[in-house]
Amino acid sequence: MKTQPDLLSLYAQMLKSRLFEEAVRQLWQDGLISGEMHLGVGEEAIIAGVVDHLQEGDAMALDHRGTAALLMRGSEPVALLRELLGHPDGLCSGMGGHMHLFDPQLLAASSGIVGASGPAAVGFALAGTYLRPGSLAASFSGEGAMNQGTMLEALNLAAAWKLPVLFVCKDNAMAITTPSPTVTGGRLVERARGFGMPACEVDGSDVEAVWWAAREAVERARQAGGPTFIDARCAHLEGHFLGDALLRMARHPLTEMAPRVGGLARAMASRRGAPLRRRAESLRSILGLTSLFDDRQLGRDDPLPKARVKLAEDQPRLEEIEESIVAEIQQALEAALQSAREELES
Amino acid sequence: MRNMRFADAIEDALAQAMVEDSRIVVLGEDVHAMRLNLYVRFGKERVRSTPISESAFLGAAVAAAMAGLRPVVEIMLVDFIGVAMDALLNHAAKVETFSGGKWRVPLVVRSACGGGYGDAGQHEQSLWGWLAHIPGLAVAAPSNPADAGGLMLAALQHGSPVIYLEHKLLADYWLEALGSGGRKTVTFDVPPAGVSGLVPDRWEPVQIGKARLVREGDDLTMVSVGVGVHRALEAAATLEQQGVSAGVIDLRSVCPLDKITVCEAVARSGRLLAVDEDYQGFGLSGELAAVLLEAGIAFKYGRVCAAGTIPYARALEEQVLPNARRIVEAGLKLMETER
Repeated sequence: MKTQPDLLSLYAQMLKSRLFEEAVRQLWQDGLISGEMHLGVGEEAIIAGVVDHLQEGDAMALDHRGTAALLMRGSEPVALLRELLGHPDGLCSGMGGHMHLFDPQLLAASSGIVGASGPAAVGFALAGTYLRPGSLAASFSGEGAMNQGTMLEALNLAAAWKLPVLFVCKDNAMAITTPSPTVTGGRLVERARGFGMPACEVDGSDVEAVWWAAREAVERARQAGGPTFIDARCAHLEGHFLGDALLRMARHPLTEMAPRVGGLARAMASRRGAPLRRRAESLRSILGLTSLFDDRQLGRDDPLPKARVKLAEDQPRLEEIEESIVAEIQQALEAALQSAREELES
Repeated sequence: MRNMRFADAIEDALAQAMVEDSRIVVLGEDVHAMRLNLYVRFGKERVRSTPISESAFLGAAVAAAMAGLRPVVEIMLVDFIGVAMDALLNHAAKVETFSGGKWRVPLVVRSACGGGYGDAGQHEQSLWGWLAHIPGLAVAAPSNPADAGGLMLAALQHGSPVIYLEHKLLADYWLEALGSGGRKTVTFDVPPAGVSGLVPDRWEPVQIGKARLVREGDDLTMVSVGVGVHRALEAAATLEQQGVSAGVIDLRSVCPLDKITVCEAVARSGRLLAVDEDYQGFGLSGELAAVLLEAGIAFKYGRVCAAGTIPYARALEEQVLPNARRIVEAGLKLMETER
């Protein structure tokens, strides 16, 4: 067990993930990546603080936002990029894409179905008790997944069988576009405690705080002390997924609202329906939602500047590491795109 | 008549029904945003956002329907119905039979389905055959705006559970949200006649279980549903240039299946080409063959279906989903066989 967090190394992991995902965002924007793209931008401190404790034999059950965890755990960046680009030589031969990433070497599996990481982590942990004593499994999910029956059943099973599981809840208080407090009964930590497992709330933008919370949970799991639930609050700086309509409305209210005005005007003016007062209330609540996507507000929970400011004492060392990570990601990107070009030419 | 887009037609028909029947309530994840106009017009009690708890809110909707409401439950993408399957399989589909016909479940489950935008097989399945397999469930899948509105109205009046599937290539807001996300750098093979078209000024139900002969053809009959209808029509135009007269039937609903329309057309043409975006094995394409065999009709048979799990990469996805090229190939091959 590590006894102290190495902030510089944690920051390096977060930066690597951030730069990687910024490259992914551009590739997606350029149309080289198809479909949805859920980035982990804003979650890096949670992932780094947990993954830093993992070792060979440990497993990860990931959700639809698993790229950061794979990268930090050691998945090959070029293979990951090639997968997102849909190459036959990608991590999953171009078959999976970002919501369905599988790295058997790392015992890491993703799912695009909300809540699926709960039972998967329980299964990984169960296998570990037979085959890899002292190992554990981490489940990563959002707080929206905490309202899925699958997740609640998994919490119970892990607790009842005292399995070595870390249930890591990346809590941005927003289930796609629904504010979670409006659809969630009680506090999540109380819920987990109700199943008989220790649970804590932690600032998910503070990588050291997450690291300490994870350390306690990992120690308990490795010593057959059973599962732990960690509710780590964070912000999704790029919304639910790239192109998130609410985020676009917040960023470009005029252009994004324009196509919606006609329908909304008709909804307000149509003869039959709710009383006008109630309609105005609905409209206000929707506009209020977009205010939750204020970039400055979200930026306050960005974990990277928070860690970086603490590293200012050794500026030269910090910059040296930053430069090397920039170069590493740039090289990976070039290698992945080079392969794409060669494929096109052949 | 007026011109309307596929998604607007569903919303318009739903609004017409909601005005007339205060028991209709829309439930589902994010419906305040997904059904923005209905949410504003009818308020949050009639358009109710749920937690991500499909098994709870679909299960609850079954009983709410039994107790007098007319719920329209949204399971965002039909792929997500897996976690809530018990509510459909063992409850919604069973109550009417188990109660000796004394208690019905007037429930509509609305889901987006289908692929063609590179999201892979946990978000792009069709599953209508899988759902239609269960006795007690009706499954509708419109291919154009007029049917989209008319079938929604019919589903609301059906009195028993109806799964209403809207294809993401036809419902523009879905394709915008999941496919393009505001980008101009991606393109999709969207059938224009499915996305936009004439609809009645006032909605009337389109009978669930009544297919439509979209194109007459003497040499072979293609039978499809949803986007597949447009793929089949595109293929039929190509086949015509090669001297093959191919007809196209739009089933409009997988269950009930309009056996009469299918049997009449295939009895004349002598060849059936099933075009099904759902999985090939144990599904609609095989069922069509069984229906014809049971009717004692002699025919030659081919099928173009989803060949397996839908891959992520667009180039691989293209090979798995039915498209005009695959359909033309299958059609020509079928023409090589003597009737």
